[in-house]
Amino acid sequence: MTGPADEYVSHADLGGTLGHGPVVPEPEGELFHHAWEPRVLALNVVAGATGKWHTDISRSYRERLPDYADLSYYEVWLAGLERVLVGRGLVTDEELDAGHALVPPIEIAGVLAADRVADALAAGRPAEREPSHPARFAVGDRVRTRAGRVDHHTRLPGYVAGRVGTVERVHGAHVFPDTHAHDLGEQPEWLYTVVFDAIDLWDDAAPGQTVSVDAWEPYLSPVEGTS
Amino acid sequence: MDVRVRALETLLTEKGYIDPAALDEVIDAYQTRIGPRNGARVVARAWVDPDFATWLRTDANAAIASLGYGGRQGEHMVALEQTDDTHHMVVCTLCSCYPWPVLGLPPTWYKSAPYRSRVVRDPHGVLADFGVALPDDIGVRVWDSTAEIRYLVIPQRPAGTDGWSEEQLARLVTRDSMIGVGLPLDPSTFDDVEVTA
Repeated sequence: MTGPADEYVSHADLGGTLGHGPVVPEPEGELFHHAWEPRVLALNVVAGATGKWHTDISRSYRERLPDYADLSYYEVWLAGLERVLVGRGLVTDEELDAGHALVPPIEIAGVLAADRVADALAAGRPAEREPSHPARFAVGDRVRTRAGRVDHHTRLPGYVAGRVGTVERVHGAHVFPDTHAHDLGEQPEWLYTVVFDAIDLWDDAAPGQTVSVDAWEPYLSPVEGTS
Repeated sequence: MDVRVRALETLLTEKGYIDPAALDEVIDAYQTRIGPRNGARVVARAWVDPDFATWLRTDANAAIASLGYGGRQGEHMVALEQTDDTHHMVVCTLCSCYPWPVLGLPPTWYKSAPYRSRVVRDPHGVLADFGVALPDDIGVRVWDSTAEIRYLVIPQRPAGTDGWSEEQLARLVTRDSMIGVGLPLDPSTFDDVEVTA
């Protein structure tokens, strides 16, 4: 599951799909619903410090879980972590079943020590990089998003695919998930906020409604009459 | 699930990949230090200090960092100001991207299919699920967090709060109002604060 697959299917692209029922609000202090949930959160954060994967790879493993739709979000995080640990060679399926180490560990970048956690959380992992070329689009440009499906991880939601919108912000060059998730390098690309009139996305949109996504330059092509 | 999670924790510890004490540190951080009260402080500062509000508009990362917040899942912040004409709402339709340093961990609904699927298509219907009705003539703008930009909604300061301190104002700022699915609390319900307007 590490390289681009012929049949890459994400089960996470939910925008605009119907039939999921009402939203159930939740009080502000209610963070977890089972004792194991905070452990899963923390395992994801701490195991990520091994340096054997990064956010784009985690997301790619999570969105490909075949039973994604049936899992709660922390169940997705647990199953995704198990899969990425196996996929990156840190543990084996037999070890997951046994709940114990059966083979020697592989080399990792480092172990996040308890007294380094606060610093690590405060540092984060910025995604902006030096651009390799000037931005192709400017604020106000009309652009069309890529249409059709792709056989790899991507961050262009299906509901805006092939639609025309307007560049509203230029964010600089950011790590490109489509390559980064497949060990093909960061390949930084310009990132734009592109805004769409909702009526161009949905027949039943309310007047005055707009929707924006953050889209990398390779997702966009110029619309005639601009740039 | 408990058994499965414990088994994974044991396995990763035996392999030497994790320090189990670090897990407790992470949980403690998000239960005690990193939550929506941070964002409420940012909003309250913007309400009382026009220079800070301008800074937030032009360089949200720096403005938020000046209050001590930043880092994981908030590396690239953008602030969205609610106005009489535009109501902002934030979602991540593809996963659960959320500004952790200022809002903490996302609530369950934010990560769940009903919200992620519907808010981009029927924002007024979603607002109704939260008991919020907006004027008909207001434009709704939904921001889908598809990259590493993280959005913090700055609600409008409620009327009737003249003379309130920053700390008092912060109590009006709910988590939901900083995602765009709610409004600040009604100041008249706080009877320990003298309402001057």
